[in-house]
Amino acid sequence: MSENIISPLPGIFYRKPGPGKDPYVNEGDTVEAGQTIGLIEIMKQFSEVRAETAGVLTRFEIEDFGMVNPGDVIAVTN
Amino acid sequence: MAFEIREPGLSTTVQDQGRIGYYRYGIPQGGAMDQYSASLGNRLVGNTPAEAVLECTYIGPRVVTTTDAIVAVTGAPVDVFINGMPAPQYARLALAAGDELRFGVIQGGTKYFIAVHGGIDVPSVLGSRSTYPIGAIGGFEGRALAANDVLPVGAPIDNGLPVLATIAEEDRPVFSRDVSVRVMLGLYDHHLSQEGIDNLLNAEWTLTPVADRMGLRYSGPGVQWREREQPFGAGQDPSNIVDAGYAVGSIQIPGGTQPIILHRDAVSGGGYAMVATVISTDMDLVARCAPGTKTRFVAVTMDQALEARHEHAAQVAKIWS
Repeated sequence: MSENIISPLPGIFYRKPGPGKDPYVNEGDTVEAGQTIGLIEIMKQFSEVRAETAGVLTRFEIEDFGMVNPGDVIAVTN
Repeated sequence: MAFEIREPGLSTTVQDQGRIGYYRYGIPQGGAMDQYSASLGNRLVGNTPAEAVLECTYIGPRVVTTTDAIVAVTGAPVDVFINGMPAPQYARLALAAGDELRFGVIQGGTKYFIAVHGGIDVPSVLGSRSTYPIGAIGGFEGRALAANDVLPVGAPIDNGLPVLATIAEEDRPVFSRDVSVRVMLGLYDHHLSQEGIDNLLNAEWTLTPVADRMGLRYSGPGVQWREREQPFGAGQDPSNIVDAGYAVGSIQIPGGTQPIILHRDAVSGGGYAMVATVISTDMDLVARCAPGTKTRFVAVTMDQALEARHEHAAQVAKIWS
């Protein structure tokens, strides 16, 4: 069963916790339920995006520094 | 009576009609950014227009009520859940003690409002319960809500509930990604070249994610200024002026690149030329715009602005009649 990780926010999506850091997760990695997979910046605040269910993160639909809107699929897990 | 805040949401604040009369001391008017939506909520739950509501930004709170409560959710479209079961927006809802109110993903706009019968009963500061987070005054301890806050709800208002239990479709605000915002040019539009004015009024501007209760920044073609020698006290950039008071809703364009509309929590003065001012009626419309919204600024006269204000006042009066 594939699961979509949906953005609850508009803003800018980041895959890394900060400049020069490693990405939270790479395509093909296993993620736990509740694990952070990226950040969204809006109104000078950074909100963590989390996987709702455990599985393998098969692909990102939004690239690093990409714009997102509420309801957009950020990544897909299997 | 109280609301227990289990999750605070992104930025949930107590807001009312605003803190009028202190702008000259640098205290902005504040208040619900979308006054009309907040007013609809107060109407549905049997409050006066002055009761404080919760303004939720993108991600709403998860709230448990300690007693029975009458609530309504108005403003931006969002799924509402009571104990996990879907409930309608723009409708009076009855919560029993222990019930949990939470929200889905916002489907447009930026802000939705939770009104409760009796109002959110935080202390009034300078005549208002509105939260002004930058000044750390008003609302709940002068800040956005946090997990485990217990928010007092006012005693029942002894005037019964209105017959009106839902807001008709035609009376609900519209949340569009393509809007025309009416402005009056000035006070400093004479600093723009004709090309600059043409760009401001004829180009399509896009709301960026840099938008909050203080201001909203737009991207677009930029504007051009008339050549002039900057007077003593003004900065060197042609977008600078000798400091002056900022009208609520005024538009400044630092560096001539990205217009910023100053909204309800904005500073009261500074050194950027205000090239135009959003008419008061359209401040709610601006507050409803999500990042990416295509925006045109349409110049109107004072008479047209006042006519719009009268029409809007008549709409509000219809809801409260």
